[in-house]
Amino acid sequence: MPKDGGIGASPKRREDIRFLTGEGVYTDDIQLQGQCFAYFVRSTVAHGTIGTIDTAATEAMPGVLAVFTGEDFKDVGGNPAGWLINSRDGTPMREPKRPVLAHGKVRHVGDAYAAVIAETYAQAKDAAEQLAADSEIEDLPAIVDMAAAVANADNRVHDEIPDNLCFDWGWVEDNRAAVDEAIKNAPHVTTLELVNNRLVPNAMEPRASIGEYFPGTGDYKLTTTSQNPHLHRLLISAFVMGIPENKLTVVAPDVGGGFGSKIYHYGEEALVLAAAKKLKRPVRWTAERSESFLTDAHGRDHVTKIELACEEDGTFIAFRTETLANVGAYLSNFATATPTFLHGTLMAGPYKVPNVYVNLKTVFTNTAPVDAYRGAGRPEATYSLERVIDKMCRELELDPFEVRRKNFITPDMFPYTTPVGLVYDTGDYNATLDKAMEMADVDGFEDRRAESAARGKLRGMGLSTWIEACGIAPSNLVGVLGSRVGLYDAATVRVNATGNISVMTGAHSHGQGHETVFPQIVAEKLGIDPASVEIVHGDTSKIPFGMGSYGSRSLAVAGSAMNNAVDKIIAKGKKIAAHMLEASEDDITFEDGNFAVAGTDKSLSFGEVAFSAYVPHNYPLETLEPGLEETSFYDPGNFTYPAGAYLCEVEVCPETGKVDVVAFYCADDFGNVMNPLIVEGQVHGGVGQGIGQALCEQTTYDADGQLLSASYMDYAMPRADDVPFYQVDYSCNTPCTHNPLGVKGCGEAGAIGSPPAVINAVVDALNSGGFTHITHIDMPVTPSRVWTAMQAQ
Amino acid sequence: MSKVTITVNGREMSGEAEGRTLLVSFLREALGLTGTHVGCDTSQCGACVVHVDGKAVKSCTMLAMEAEGAEVTTVEGMADADGSLGVIQQAFQDHHGLQCGFCTPGMVMSTAALLKDNPTPSEAEIRAYLDGNICRCTGYHNIVRAVMAASGQDVSGLGVVAAE
Repeated sequence: MPKDGGIGASPKRREDIRFLTGEGVYTDDIQLQGQCFAYFVRSTVAHGTIGTIDTAATEAMPGVLAVFTGEDFKDVGGNPAGWLINSRDGTPMREPKRPVLAHGKVRHVGDAYAAVIAETYAQAKDAAEQLAADSEIEDLPAIVDMAAAVANADNRVHDEIPDNLCFDWGWVEDNRAAVDEAIKNAPHVTTLELVNNRLVPNAMEPRASIGEYFPGTGDYKLTTTSQNPHLHRLLISAFVMGIPENKLTVVAPDVGGGFGSKIYHYGEEALVLAAAKKLKRPVRWTAERSESFLTDAHGRDHVTKIELACEEDGTFIAFRTETLANVGAYLSNFATATPTFLHGTLMAGPYKVPNVYVNLKTVFTNTAPVDAYRGAGRPEATYSLERVIDKMCRELELDPFEVRRKNFITPDMFPYTTPVGLVYDTGDYNATLDKAMEMADVDGFEDRRAESAARGKLRGMGLSTWIEACGIAPSNLVGVLGSRVGLYDAATVRVNATGNISVMTGAHSHGQGHETVFPQIVAEKLGIDPASVEIVHGDTSKIPFGMGSYGSRSLAVAGSAMNNAVDKIIAKGKKIAAHMLEASEDDITFEDGNFAVAGTDKSLSFGEVAFSAYVPHNYPLETLEPGLEETSFYDPGNFTYPAGAYLCEVEVCPETGKVDVVAFYCADDFGNVMNPLIVEGQVHGGVGQGIGQALCEQTTYDADGQLLSASYMDYAMPRADDVPFYQVDYSCNTPCTHNPLGVKGCGEAGAIGSPPAVINAVVDALNSGGFTHITHIDMPVTPSRVWTAMQAQ
Repeated sequence: MSKVTITVNGREMSGEAEGRTLLVSFLREALGLTGTHVGCDTSQCGACVVHVDGKAVKSCTMLAMEAEGAEVTTVEGMADADGSLGVIQQAFQDHHGLQCGFCTPGMVMSTAALLKDNPTPSEAEIRAYLDGNICRCTGYHNIVRAVMAASGQDVSGLGVVAAE
C-alpha cells in the first residue's frame, strides 16, 4: 500500500496548481490561428412564426463571413431525446424535432433562429443585431403555465401535439387501484400541494464551443464544455450532423462546472462545426451569461400534489402523487428520464411503505428546455416526501424523528424491493439519523430556540432523511425502461515501459478532482506511488468509449472499470512473473507492488515486470502478447443507493420574514470513501445549491414567456453570506454490495437532502412563533414570501 | 484600434484595443493572460477580479483604455518569486477551496485585497467581502476556511473535517 495518497487519504489536489496560477485551459482560453466568431440571433418572443429573414444587409456588414438560418439545417437530423417513455395507455411519448436552428417557429425566448460568423466577436455581434432587425417574427400567444398548456388544446408549442403533453406516465400503473383503495380507507391522509421551483444550473463557466475542420483529411474537431465528450460525439455523428464518428474528435478540456447542464448536446455545437466546414477556418462561440440563462437546460419545475396515507401512529400505508413536470419547448437529451425513472422510482424514500403510485404528466411550454440538474428528479422526490411527512407529523402531533424511525427500512430487510421498482442493496438509515441528531445536539435545541427568541428571532429545526439512486446503471434494465443508450463506463490502464501509468477514463472531471482521486485507487491496488499515475480524460481520440460524468456515477461506474482494468494488469503481470521466476502462475502472489513466489524469497517489482512486458527478451511470447495495457468496460449490476439524514436550523425574523440558515448537519452513507476531503467538498457544494433553491433561487417567466430572471442581478445565486459552515459526517458507511470499490457516489447528495430540511425548519420556526396557519410555504422562501405568509394569519 | 500599454505582473505589455474593449478582454485576448475569467455580463460574478494600481477591480467594469499606464496584477502574478504557490493560493489548495477552478482567480484576487486591508478578518467579514464573488461548486465552506487560514487563523474546528 502506498504510504500516503492511497485509498482513504486526502492528498492535495494536483489539478489545483494550474487553476490557482491561471494555467487552466478552458474552452474560451484556446486561441487558434485563423479563428472567426459566431454570434446567434435569438428570439425575443416566446412563441412566434418565422417569416422572411433578409440577410442581405447583414452579409454586407464589416467582417461578416457567413450567415446561417434554420433553412440551412432543415435537412439534417434533430437533437434526440435519449429515453423513450410510454404513456399509461401504452402510446409512445411525443417527440418533436429539435433543430440546430429554429425553423418555421421560434418556441422560447432565446431560441436561436440564425447565426452570423464574422472576423471578430464584436463584428459578429453587431451584424447579428442587424439580422434581428431584418427578421420577421410574427408573435403568437405564449404557453407558459403548465396547467393552462394542458387545458388549452388550441394553442400549441408544437403544431402536431394538440394538448402540449409529451406523455402521461403512471408508475407503477399496476399499483394504481390498490393505492387509491388504501388512501380511501386510511385512518389519516395528509395532502400537500407544492411547487419545486425552476432553477438555472449556472455553472460558472458559460457554455463554449470551437469547431474546426481539416480539409486535407475531412476530419472535424469540436472543443466544447462537455461532461461527456463521447456522448456529444455520438449525438452529433449518429443523429444530428451525420459526420462519421471516426471523423469527429470531441475534446472537453478544463470545464468550469456542469451540474447537468453540460451533459447535453446543444445546437451551437453543431453550428460551429458546420460553419468551420463551410469557411475552412476555426469557428468559436462562447455564451454570454444572459444566453446561459436563456438556453442552458433548466432544472426542476414540478407542480405536485402528494397524499400520504397512514395509521394514527404515523405508520405509512401509501403515497400517491400527481405531478406536472415542465420539459420546456423541446426535449433535451435526458428530459424524459429525469422526471420519470430518476424521480418516480425514488418515491418510496428510505421507507417500508407498502404501496406507492406516481402519476406524472410532462408538458411542453414556451420556455427553455428543462432537464437534469444536480440531483435530477431525486431532489423533487425527496422534497415531496419529506415535506408531506413533516406536515403529517404536525397534523397528528407526532415526533418527526420517531415517525421516520418507525417507517425506515432496516438493515435486516436488504435486499429490499420497493413498490416503485428499485432494489436497495444496503443502508442503515437509523445510524445516519442517530449521527445527525448527535452532531446537531438535538437535545439542546430548546435552549437555542430560547436564545434566538431573546434576540427577537424565531428558531426552527428541520429534518430530511433522504435516499437516492445513482451510479446509473445496468444497461439491460435501463434498456427495458426506455433508455436509448448503454450506461456502462470504460477505462484503459496503460503501464508504460518505464513502469509509470496512464489511465484513460470515460469519466470527465469538471470540478470533481478525478486527476487526484483516481490515481489514489490505482496506486493503492498496485502498491506504487500515486504520483506515477496520470489520468487522461476529456478527449475522444485518447479515451475509450465511456458515458461521462453525471448522476454521481464517475467513481461507482468509471472507477469500477478502472479497478477491473487494474485487476487485468495484475493478472497478466502474474503470468509474466511466473515465467521470469520459473514458477507456476498459481504460486505467484502480488502484494505491496511485488510479484513473489509464495513461500519463497523470490520476487520481482512491478516495474521489473512492466519492463519485461515491453522488452520481452525473457518472456513467454508463444503464449502471451507483449505489452501491459488493459481495458475494462464496466456495466453496473444495480444502481447505488446513497442515503443520509440532514438537520437544518434556521432563524426567521418575524418583522421582515428574512430566513437565515444558522446551522446545517449532514450524516451521509456514501459507502466506502476514497478521498474524504473531496467527499466533503462535494457535500458542501450540493448543500450550498440546495440552500440556494430553498432560500433564493427562482426562475421566473412572465405570462408572455419573457424570462424575468435572466441575469445575476435578477436571479439570486447563493453568496458566501447566505450560507453557514456545514457539519459533515460520512462515518456510517454501508459499502455498496455490487461494485468492486464498495462506493455509492456523493456528488448530488447535498442538493437532494437539503431543500426539505430548510423548508421544514422554516415551517417549524413560523409555527413556534404562533403562525400556526402556515402548514407549507413554497420555495424559495424569500423575505417577501415569508412576510406575506405571516400576514395571512 | 489604439495601442494600450499597461504593466502586468511587473512586466510592461502592449496591445491593440477598440474604444469599447473591456480590460478583461484586453488581458485575455490581446495579452494572452487567460487566468482572468468572464463568468457573467453584469459585473456580478467576480471571476474577472484583478488589481489595478493596488485596488481590486472587476476587470469587466473597466475599459482597457482606462488602464493605460496602470499597474495591473492578475492571478498569474500571485505565485512566489520561485514559482511556488503564494500564501493565498497555497491556503486554497490546502483547504480544498476550489473545485472546477473557474471562479478561483477572482476569489484569490479578492482575498488578496481583503487581507491587505484587514489582515485577520472574521468569518462574517470574509463572507460579506466575498459577496461579489460567486462560486457554484464549493458552497463557500472551504473558501471561507482557506481565507481564514491564509490570514494565519486556526480553522481546524470549523466544520467536521476528517481529512486534516
